[in-house]
Amino acid sequence: MNEEIVEYSPNDFKSDQEVRWCPGCGDHAVLAAIIRALAELKIPKEKFAFISGIGCSSRFPYYLSTYGFHGIHGRASAIATGVKIANHDLNVWQITGDGDAMAIGGNHFIHAVRRNIDINIILFNNQIYGLTKGQYSPTSFRGAITKTSPFGTVEEPFSVGELVIGAKGKFFARTIDSNVHLSTEVYKQAALHEGTSVVEVLQNCVIFNDGVHKELTDRETRDETTIVLKQGEPMIFGKNGDKGLKLDGLKLKVVKLGNGITEKDILVHDCEENNPGMHTMLANMRYPGYPVALGVIRCVSAPTYDMSVESQIAKIQKISKIKNVADLLKSGSTWEAK
Amino acid sequence: MSKSERVIEREEVVIRFSGDSGDGMQLTGTLFSNTSALFGNDLLTFPDYPAEIRAPQGTVGGVSGFQVHVGQSEVYTPGDFADVLVAMNPAAVKANSKYIRDGGVIIIDEDNFTEKNIKKAGYEKDPIEEDRLDRYNIISAPITTLVRETLKDLGLDPKTVIRTKNMFALGMVYFLFGRDLEYTEEYLKSKFSKRPEIIEANSKVLRAGYHYAETIEAMTPIYKVSPASIEKGLYRTIDGNTALSWGFLAAAEKAGLGLFIGSYPITPASGILETLAARKDLGVKSFQAEDEIAGICTALGASFAGNLAITTTSGPGLALKSEAIGLAVMTELPIVIVNVQRGGPSTGLPTKTEQADLMQALYGRNGECPVVVMAASTPSNCFKYAFEAARIALEHMVPVILLSDGFLANGSEPWKIPSMDSLPEIKPPLVKEGDDVFIPYERDPKTLIRRWAIPGTRGREHRIGGLEKTVKGTVSYIPENHEYMVKMRAEKVARVVTKVPDLQTYGDNEGDMLLIGWGGTYGHLLTSVRELRKEGRKVSLAHFNYINPLPANTAEVFSGFEKLVVAELNAGQFIRYLRMEFEELKFKQINKIQGLPFTCKEIKEQCVKLLEE
Ligand code: SF4
Repeated sequence: MNEEIVEYSPNDFKSDQEVRWCPGCGDHAVLAAIIRALAELKIPKEKFAFISGIGCSSRFPYYLSTYGFHGIHGRASAIATGVKIANHDLNVWQITGDGDAMAIGGNHFIHAVRRNIDINIILFNNQIYGLTKGQYSPTSFRGAITKTSPFGTVEEPFSVGELVIGAKGKFFARTIDSNVHLSTEVYKQAALHEGTSVVEVLQNCVIFNDGVHKELTDRETRDETTIVLKQGEPMIFGKNGDKGLKLDGLKLKVVKLGNGITEKDILVHDCEENNPGMHTMLANMRYPGYPVALGVIRCVSAPTYDMSVESQIAKIQKISKIKNVADLLKSGSTWEAK
Repeated sequence: MSKSERVIEREEVVIRFSGDSGDGMQLTGTLFSNTSALFGNDLLTFPDYPAEIRAPQGTVGGVSGFQVHVGQSEVYTPGDFADVLVAMNPAAVKANSKYIRDGGVIIIDEDNFTEKNIKKAGYEKDPIEEDRLDRYNIISAPITTLVRETLKDLGLDPKTVIRTKNMFALGMVYFLFGRDLEYTEEYLKSKFSKRPEIIEANSKVLRAGYHYAETIEAMTPIYKVSPASIEKGLYRTIDGNTALSWGFLAAAEKAGLGLFIGSYPITPASGILETLAARKDLGVKSFQAEDEIAGICTALGASFAGNLAITTTSGPGLALKSEAIGLAVMTELPIVIVNVQRGGPSTGLPTKTEQADLMQALYGRNGECPVVVMAASTPSNCFKYAFEAARIALEHMVPVILLSDGFLANGSEPWKIPSMDSLPEIKPPLVKEGDDVFIPYERDPKTLIRRWAIPGTRGREHRIGGLEKTVKGTVSYIPENHEYMVKMRAEKVARVVTKVPDLQTYGDNEGDMLLIGWGGTYGHLLTSVRELRKEGRKVSLAHFNYINPLPANTAEVFSGFEKLVVAELNAGQFIRYLRMEFEELKFKQINKIQGLPFTCKEIKEQCVKLLEE
């Protein structure tokens, strides 16, 4: 995207604003990981633009020292789209939450993904509305008891990855707030991917939905409940690295290694496969039954909207006789009054 | 009648083409208009069509009309009454019989006046009797039969044959007005360059119509409207939506910025998005958004990133954009929001004109949220006001709402092409790279304008957003800060008045009555005031293009007149605004809410009544 290489330390990306998230909120760790990723990307700082909507996570741009635009509820995808089309040289990020992106902003979100605008969407999924104090969201599980569902919700949640892939998404990754190391890597890959990259961050809201991802984050259980997918490597997980994923007919199946089952029988992760079938299955794995997939699940290269706009303009400019507005005003049928 | 008796010399003539919405009347009218413009007439057109693309055939609801007013001298309206009506079926007669001048000519396709069609149009038996059409000079021609006859040897399918009927009618009208066929034949050649058989059929029928009118000449008058004496220069015809689009292109060039349009298709504004989407050669980034909200939000993003950003819509879309307009006010980013008004509320009358979104433009947002509001007033001056709206937005870092309407958008008139050198430079308050801290809401002490630091500019990183901020850009809930910022934003808009030219009156600086208007009614009000003055009335006109802020001399202009009368196509919105701004003054009103422009006749009648009160 740009030639200039600049050395930064994470501190160069911190703003002077006091961070106002609740103590213990998962957002703090996400901020730390993104700051680290930004420093490691070695892109001139002024080229970053962070766009957000409304919600706890959307305060994010204030805590960075880059260009930032805190928008209105649900509209960050649209604002970020405009920023990127207007200046494709920028590295544009959208910070959003499950309410902001999946509910009020659902329309803009799916269309940004469909168009493959080169923006990096970091979606904080805590399965609850935090800023408005505890109502259910489109990712809350069926039956979730919240302030607006005192007897449990009666609706199915969205699976973020499935929605992204269904909307023709080319990049989908998942990470967990507390895993700063994995998160930093995933954010960097999202930034470098050309096209819309969606990263779902499983984030803990300590106030209104504490522990919603607990079994995926706890030291004792996480190796059994999650699998970190790596490109070209077999899909193996478990504390002892003794479990793997295999195709059983049209479905995925968890198998134990040994007893005749070897690494060769285990699926190898290919995030660059264009066919979305396997990626959808991986994105939809839920515990119990399956480990929850983390890391880059899908990363397929395809033309981006913003670059297609640029190349169309260049092509037409080459062939058109109209070079400026004066030419345009005089084009077509005109007559001289004498 | 001898030939010389039949020639009627006229300063101006109004022709209305009318038929089913599939009859090609819009094209017929446009071709006649362009031919007349090339001939040197001044003119103004007004298409009037149903919302349904193919409304039920043969019914009054499905009638599509195109009216053109051609004249020797300045023409400002499409004309109240038609001198010539082309009616392709009984429904077209039914829909228009009220709008024909006494003694006017009606050309009908008698083949279409079957019992069934007459009933469909809502007549009991005979239109001529029921609508007392014997007052007019009816030219009844078996157009369908003659067209079939003309094309019988070409081996075309019956549908294609019937489709050329409009060319027959057009040929007849060309004869009536002594116009030549060259422009139309050239048009057909370039339009159907890949289908020679279609060119041949249409040309043949066009000529057949012309010759038919010549043959039956004893029955037809010939109108003579000499060329207008207009200012020297290069001219073209232009409609409001095109003029508006081109005004933005001119502004982007003068500002040295890219042009971004984020819009969602909506009648009658879509033409602007279409026109600009075709201008990739001038580097336009046109974005057809997933909805109205995305239209403005992408534009706001593009504005943040340093483009001249616009979004275009009509009333229902403006409603959807309200929250984002508030964000533009709060972040003080330049953006132009175009509202091509149509009949409301809700979906209302999508293809009809109205001026009922003024209050929405001025106040339709949450919080204290003032924006600059402007209005174009003729199809061609949409260019000038688009340019000015962009200039104000960019130089003052404010959102501007520019109002047009269905009448201006689709209406067209000859336009003297301006030279780009005659337009002012546009100088947005851009910040260059540097190391001293950029303070986002620091203001020029005189104009209160903040500076514009575009992402990519080294050392100027900053954050803006919809939450209330201090001057430094820190989120703040401090009561005094909020009040201060609210007042600053309002005062900044008020100070745009330095860019607003003084209000000029047409007529005198004092008199018995000042007729007051705004936006698209200009032509009708001007023509009415002219005629009233010819009749000896002491009436003048003040027409507004700048609504917020109002021209600085407004009160002074008003003070010269006995009676102040506000005429507008709504239930009285500008009048309420003026009453708020000038509490001590008394205003009277003339209103119309029918989805149609005023007629000069009704304005004059109401003015006379108010004068005599
Ligand atoms: S409410 Fe929840 S999501 Fe919001 S800042 Fe507090 S802990 Fe974080």
